[in-house]
Amino acid sequence: MYKARSNLLNTAAMHGALILYMIIALFPVFVILINSFKTRRAIFSEPLALPNAETFSWIGYETVAQQGDFFLYFQNSMIVTVGSLFFILLFGAMAAYALSEYRFRGNLLLGLYMALGIMIPIRIGTVAILEMMVATGLVNSLWALILVYTAQGLPLAVFILSEFMHQVSKDLKDAGRIDGLSEYTIFFRLVLPLVRPALATVAVFNMIPIWNDLWFPLILTPSEEVKTLTLGSQVFIGQYVTNWNAVLAALSMAILPVLILYIIFSRQLIRGITSGAVK
Amino acid sequence: MTAMTLEAINKSFGKVQVLHDISLEVDEGEFVVFVGPSGCGKSTLLRVIAGLEDASSGDIHIAGEKVNLTPPSKRGIAMVFQSYALYPHLNVRGNMTLALKQEKQPKAVLDERVAKACQMLDLEDYLDRYPSELSGGQRQRVAIGRAIVRQPKLFLFDEPLSNLDAALRVNTRIEIANLHKALDTSMIYVTHDQTEAMTLADKIVVMKDGRVEQIGSPMELYNNPANKFVAGFLGSPAMNFLPGALVGDANHHTVGVRPENLFLSDTGVIEATVHLVEELGGDTNVVAMAGDQPVTVRLFGQHPFEQGQPLQLGFNAEQAFYFDGDGQRVT
Ligand SMILES: Nc1ncnc2c1ncn2[C@@H]1O[C@H](COP(=O)(O)OP(=O)(O)OP(=O)(O)O)[C@@H](O)[C@H]1O
Ligand SMILES: [Mg+2]
Repeated sequence: MYKARSNLLNTAAMHGALILYMIIALFPVFVILINSFKTRRAIFSEPLALPNAETFSWIGYETVAQQGDFFLYFQNSMIVTVGSLFFILLFGAMAAYALSEYRFRGNLLLGLYMALGIMIPIRIGTVAILEMMVATGLVNSLWALILVYTAQGLPLAVFILSEFMHQVSKDLKDAGRIDGLSEYTIFFRLVLPLVRPALATVAVFNMIPIWNDLWFPLILTPSEEVKTLTLGSQVFIGQYVTNWNAVLAALSMAILPVLILYIIFSRQLIRGITSGAVK
Repeated sequence: MTAMTLEAINKSFGKVQVLHDISLEVDEGEFVVFVGPSGCGKSTLLRVIAGLEDASSGDIHIAGEKVNLTPPSKRGIAMVFQSYALYPHLNVRGNMTLALKQEKQPKAVLDERVAKACQMLDLEDYLDRYPSELSGGQRQRVAIGRAIVRQPKLFLFDEPLSNLDAALRVNTRIEIANLHKALDTSMIYVTHDQTEAMTLADKIVVMKDGRVEQIGSPMELYNNPANKFVAGFLGSPAMNFLPGALVGDANHHTVGVRPENLFLSDTGVIEATVHLVEELGGDTNVVAMAGDQPVTVRLFGQHPFEQGQPLQLGFNAEQAFYFDGDGQRVT
């Protein structure tokens, strides 16, 4: 690997490939962003052109601000995403800790059972979920979404986190036990901070699909006051006419919060605080 | 009074039995060392004493109280780990005081005990540093300090020196010996380094495959080993085990002679050729071959031997050890 790095040609090829990939990945986002600032006519005549004095327009954002309650949709999406992430991380980490730390009968089977959820898409159970939500009266409440997303995210979270929990020094936990810390304190104060990078990974993996999901909001929370941003944006997409200005503006705005969340978590990803705990 | 007693301790992980019927007494103020090859169950035994593992059967008494069901923090013990196991989110002071804070000790007690431990271990300048900002030796001293401030009835050390380099290991070993003198508390110390065992211990417990082979003072074990394993485990270079026939002794299966008890003699019964010479300056270790049987000789001073040179070696019968076919000592 180091040999390859010293080779200039290889370095150039590697960076070239990465830059190319970055352009491909960012291009749609870029197109959405520039077109959200253009008039309807300009979007269709020259979709790839940057907005200039003539074509520049706030019309998309104005429509979004006037129609529907976008601030409320934002808030709903935010509550659902943050709430689901919180429960996924909390319960995922707790289950992972139990599976990796305690020896009990059926430990392995339970771990496998939880991992099974990774392979089975939760949407298969949509009808049953809807029936359950109707029965419990949770339809059209944000809790319905939070519960479903938590269930959806837990299998992978448990799987990834228990791998990392295995690596936390056994001696450190034992030192805590000898010093009289409770199992909860050991979990929250000693173990969780040491697996912070893994928590951040799990959070990032789960965040985007939850934020972007249209399926469950459409089925479980269609009423106005609990609409999420993705569902709210759909009003601009009609069967015959689509208000592209408004759709693009709404999408551009939807990027912002996830971007902020992502930056917060990726900080955690990078920060290595484990050094010095053990050799 | 005894500081700790083990009665017939057994421990199994699933179907694998790791500790077999271990009984042991540790007297007040005694320094006991567990030695044995890797995987023989030393750490497991220590963890059973600490309460980090439950024994499958048997009783543990610490300071006269049965503690089989007592959680580790209430057993009056403190443990020092091989990997230091300092809390990464706390500074040195925080690491040392955490246990006392859990016990809700007043701040005056905390300060006094930390000050005393720091003075003993030379840690005054590092109190506000975090573990990641300390060297390996300093971290191990903090770990020892964390144990001292609890004022336990029994210290448990699990190979505390094996992550340190050679020079630091000698220093820390001396520090631990001094600590034991100053505190006069019972200590149990696990190691597989026989120098540490011989120099530190009042009492050595030699273990093999989860069983106690022999218990005794270092010199007792050295001078009077119960079996071939103990005889071969203590002493460096290790004892020579020669077939009885080789030394003209048909009555015994195996004859054990320590390398320092062999000498050059024209009337010696062992005829061998020099295979390897290790010149250490003060001593010379010679590995000679008597047929296919290697024989190690430790000679005082410097001896210029050539490879292939014939040697005649003798020993005094009263300095030899005799073993039967099962490796048990016969007298
Ligand atoms: N949690 C566990 N589950 C199953 N087996 C275990 C467990 N802990 C230890 N063992 C087994 O118990 C035996 C003794 O282990 P132990 O750690 O006590 O050895 P040790 O004497 O401390 O060795 P070392 O000198 O290498 O530290 C080993 O064979 C080990 O595989
Ligand atoms: Mg060990």
